[in-house]
Amino acid sequence: MELQGVAPTRTLLDWLREARGLTGTKEGCNEGDCGACTVMVRDATGARALNACILFLPQLHGKAVRTVEGLAGPDGQLHPVQQAMVDHHGNQCGFCTPGFVMSMAVAHLNGDRDHATTLAGNLCRCTGYVPILRAAEAAAAAPVPDWLAADGAFAAGGGDPIRPASADDLARAYAAQPEATLVAGATDVGLWVTKGLRDLDPVIFLAGCDDLKGVEETAEAIRIGAMTDMNTVRTALAPHFVSYAEMIRRYASTQVRAAATIGGNIANGSPIGDNPPALIALGASLHLRKGDARRVMPIEAFFLDYGKQDRAPGEFVEAVSIPRQPDRLKCYKLSKRFDQDISAVCGCFNITVEDGLVTAARIAFGGMAGIPKRARHVESALLGQPWEAGTIRMAGAGFDADFAPLSDMRASAAYRLETARAMLGRYFAEDRGDTGTVLEVSA
Amino acid sequence: MSVSSPLPHDAARLHVTGAARYIDDIPTPRGTLHLAFGLSPVACGALEAMDLAAVRAAPGVVAVLTAADLPFANDVSPSIHDEPLLATDRVHYVGQPLFLVVAESHIAARRAAKLGDIRIAEEEPILTIDQALAADSRFEGGAVIWEKGDAASAIAASAHVVEGSFEIGGQEHFYLEGQAALALPQEGGDMVVHSSTQHPTEIQHKVAEALGLPMHGVRVEVRRMGGGFGGKESQGNALAVSCAVAARLTGRPCKMRYDRDDDMIITGKRHDFRISYRAGFDADGRIQGVEFLQYARCGWAQDLSLPVADRAMLHADSAYLLPNARIESHRLKTNTQSATAFRGFGGPQGMLGMERLMDHAAHQLGLEPVELRRRNYYAEAEEGGSAPAPAEPPRDISGQKKGAEKSARSALPQTTPYGMEVEDFALHGITAALLERCEYAARKRAVAEWNAQGGAIRKGIAFSPVKFGISFTLTHLNQAGALVHVYQDGSIHLNHGGTEMGQGLFQKVAQVAASRFGVGLEAVKITATDTGKVPNTSATAASSGSDLNGMAVQIACDELRGRMAAYLAAERQAAPEEVRFEAGAVHVGGATIPFAEAAQRCYQGRVGLSATGFYKTPKVSWDRVRGQGRPFYYFAYGAAVTEVAMDSRTGEYRILRADILHDAGASLNPALDIGQVEGGYVQGAGWLTTEELVWDDKGRLRTHAPSTYKIPAFSDQPDIFNVALWDGRNREDTVYRSKAVGEPPFMLGISAFLALSDAVASCGGGYPALDAPATPERVWAAVRRCAQ
Repeated sequence: MELQGVAPTRTLLDWLREARGLTGTKEGCNEGDCGACTVMVRDATGARALNACILFLPQLHGKAVRTVEGLAGPDGQLHPVQQAMVDHHGNQCGFCTPGFVMSMAVAHLNGDRDHATTLAGNLCRCTGYVPILRAAEAAAAAPVPDWLAADGAFAAGGGDPIRPASADDLARAYAAQPEATLVAGATDVGLWVTKGLRDLDPVIFLAGCDDLKGVEETAEAIRIGAMTDMNTVRTALAPHFVSYAEMIRRYASTQVRAAATIGGNIANGSPIGDNPPALIALGASLHLRKGDARRVMPIEAFFLDYGKQDRAPGEFVEAVSIPRQPDRLKCYKLSKRFDQDISAVCGCFNITVEDGLVTAARIAFGGMAGIPKRARHVESALLGQPWEAGTIRMAGAGFDADFAPLSDMRASAAYRLETARAMLGRYFAEDRGDTGTVLEVSA
Repeated sequence: MSVSSPLPHDAARLHVTGAARYIDDIPTPRGTLHLAFGLSPVACGALEAMDLAAVRAAPGVVAVLTAADLPFANDVSPSIHDEPLLATDRVHYVGQPLFLVVAESHIAARRAAKLGDIRIAEEEPILTIDQALAADSRFEGGAVIWEKGDAASAIAASAHVVEGSFEIGGQEHFYLEGQAALALPQEGGDMVVHSSTQHPTEIQHKVAEALGLPMHGVRVEVRRMGGGFGGKESQGNALAVSCAVAARLTGRPCKMRYDRDDDMIITGKRHDFRISYRAGFDADGRIQGVEFLQYARCGWAQDLSLPVADRAMLHADSAYLLPNARIESHRLKTNTQSATAFRGFGGPQGMLGMERLMDHAAHQLGLEPVELRRRNYYAEAEEGGSAPAPAEPPRDISGQKKGAEKSARSALPQTTPYGMEVEDFALHGITAALLERCEYAARKRAVAEWNAQGGAIRKGIAFSPVKFGISFTLTHLNQAGALVHVYQDGSIHLNHGGTEMGQGLFQKVAQVAASRFGVGLEAVKITATDTGKVPNTSATAASSGSDLNGMAVQIACDELRGRMAAYLAAERQAAPEEVRFEAGAVHVGGATIPFAEAAQRCYQGRVGLSATGFYKTPKVSWDRVRGQGRPFYYFAYGAAVTEVAMDSRTGEYRILRADILHDAGASLNPALDIGQVEGGYVQGAGWLTTEELVWDDKGRLRTHAPSTYKIPAFSDQPDIFNVALWDGRNREDTVYRSKAVGEPPFMLGISAFLALSDAVASCGGGYPALDAPATPERVWAAVRRCAQ
């Protein structure tokens, strides 16, 4: 279908419910945190679960959307995940249920049985989740219903000023309108509209810039296009940096990661974004482009001050590249809740030990300062020292010089500082074979 | 028979297909308007001026109302008329509604509502318990004190005294469907209101007041809520009244739903508490006397705070016989959201006070915590309480029967601090069975061995019991009505005063109706709660839904059954009492008449096939001023054991395993009841772990969205979760001898809090003294305290 005269920041959820009368998709939080609005979106790259509440209509150009109303078969036969939810009492008040069944149906279609991960973005207040897990497990082996086999032909995206179809198009469009708001996955910008009630004009949607998507591996580096979504980043990095990939698993939710891009997470410069500390610890480089001019910088240099990045008007993030290296990285994401919670502290440690001596140390934190920031004093205290408990104790004192964190609703300054210090101890203990975190323990 | 079958929720198919309609899904007539409140940005002060010109000029705005524009009552309080819909001369909290925007769309109303130019002479707000005490800011004048015996003397004479104080945080309901209402103006000034409410009669009452109408001019309907948990007992009044008033003034249908952030900023939450305790124990750990000081932070308006604080006092004994007790309760008035009903209604806070005391005492006295608890339990009911006699007599951990001591204690009157005899105590049996099933003793040893290795990651394991009083403490609320029609084709229309919020009430009550008539559930149509069908209903609250409404429906069905039986028996010269309604048919005088045919015959025989049913709970009576009487018809019981792992470096933790045995009497629907138990446990554990409400020093709630307020997520369910029902019958004559199950399991989550305390205690010699919620940061801080 073709939509004309619709505001570019109209969300899919509002359009479904208000313009189309499709009220099965629910608004629970209007900010992408509860999953009640989850829909299935398919394109040539496959099927994804997305939150309709922070998804602008232009992002859907050329894609197919299936809502809960279209999940059962044409004759009313329930999809296996729907039937399993009924059979296993996975619904109580029922308000979160459409979102759950859509997340479950996408995972089912993709053959993904990691239910704890695929359902981390769907909140339920009634059931305690146990029967939903039983339902997901029960439905996993059922074949994909034939009515879900395909969702039609997909169109390529873009081709006009607000929807460029390539990085070159974007470079031109953005140079012409450097005041424009760039919209990548809209998992942050979406809230400017749904919560901040802001008018965004002009806007440029990047969804059609396919050449900004994807991960390229060479002998020297892993280059990640700015528009690569975080689920893809997770998959791509898992073989190289195990702990980073696990941190991304806990980063937001499946729905949010399917929309969120690594470029967006870097470019918006949040002091509590989880990618920058990991990338800083890995010594990553940031590739920026303005018009046809390109520059490369160490990623930590991009973050100048709170809310201020080294990005000129009309300049955008094109890619980030991580130098190939042995996997010595550990990412410790500390939050009140394990899954889908913004970090109070995110500490990323990349320490190389040769012949018992520390030969390289890159340690970076989110949540500890106005920008993602390296622990320089700690790093230098470690360098050249024997890899032993005494060194850890001694280097830990460096955190006091490196950081003066804030107190807020997520954590106090003292807690942030002391747990940052403790993370260094955890890194050392894990390196010595101790259990890393409570996620590795069972009854 | 339909009753006791583990059937799915009545709307399960509608839920999974997205076809179940909530308020915001109801198709609205053309011209429907949408509302939003303009909110106070400050917590306390005199409202000097509101310039709303920009609001009125905003796109799509149809009208803007202030208190002066309201035609009749400006009040949405469920209790003492202290809660104006729109502020008048003073503001009392950040988020208080000041003006009402009526606009062509939801988004237009929200945008315009931000444009008010508000001048408030800001004053220093009273935000905390300490500030309220210092200012003597409170409801009900002074403290409420209930006493049994002489606690102070008993404590003074005790071998051991245990003393402490701790904080208990509140809790946001986080029903997934936010508050919502839709008002449809009718001819002659009448109003029909669709509201997401647990209390349709209250909505009817407040809307009638606001419109200057008798209650008969207002009809309120609610088919279902997307979660309630107490948060829709009184908090929906403001939206329903707003819609009705705006609909009256504009002549157009009006709808209002809160955006999630507004919902969390405007509406009340669970009361946070501070509880101080002082208790005397004898050498064997038997409580001689207890004193509790309970401070409840009630927020700016009274709402339901008095009965909430009462229920905290009523559950201060948890499950233990207190020979001497003194409970003092302070209901503090603060410039914050007006705290309201939330699953357990103060009971969880009161019970946690006692369980915290037990935890502290076990640590201080060096006693095994479960053994300490069992020594202090009420005596098991002679008839086995609510269940068949347990297989094993209670034993302590070492396997020794405590015969002599037990009988000495059993000789004491088994009365609560408020003078109610505990006649149905079942926790000895439940405890023994649970400990055995979950291999408590062996696992406790394994936890100790794990911790003895001295690693950074510690484990903890803990048990907690639940004894929860069932009935509204305001005695007159313990009544319910039902309306049942049998149509001439044998189909049955079922209606009652209870509301469906996910708990499965409608299905359970339908199972009762189907069982009474001996028909399949497909013969029974469940219909929306409607003040025009059943009047003067109580809120669906206090876990009373199926007890009250199930009985009312049973009475209505039996009335109809009696009429049908009399007619059909007369037709066949049989005795009416021999007529049976079974297997889809009426069996009379040797004949088997399909139910539909029986209905048809009765219709043709001019038998009235519509009946009401009315039920009131027997035995209850309560003098809340003296704190004496029998406020509860009976108690529901349960027990849980939780095991956790905790990282002493960061305070991060996980629930590794939970085992629960819960008493739902003779369950009307074990699948739905287990759902209540599982969900209640996780919600209760959430309250005491990750769910933290944070206000800043200006009284602004900083955790007003799911991005900052963390209810349990999918992976927070225990890795291993074993839930079973304690299969028994209620000794009281409830509907099919079932027990209420809505609130009691919530308090099973206390075991998770105690397990964290146990894990922390392994880090040093001190008592952890955890505050709730035990966020990772609080756990981390407790580890450091312990280690010192």
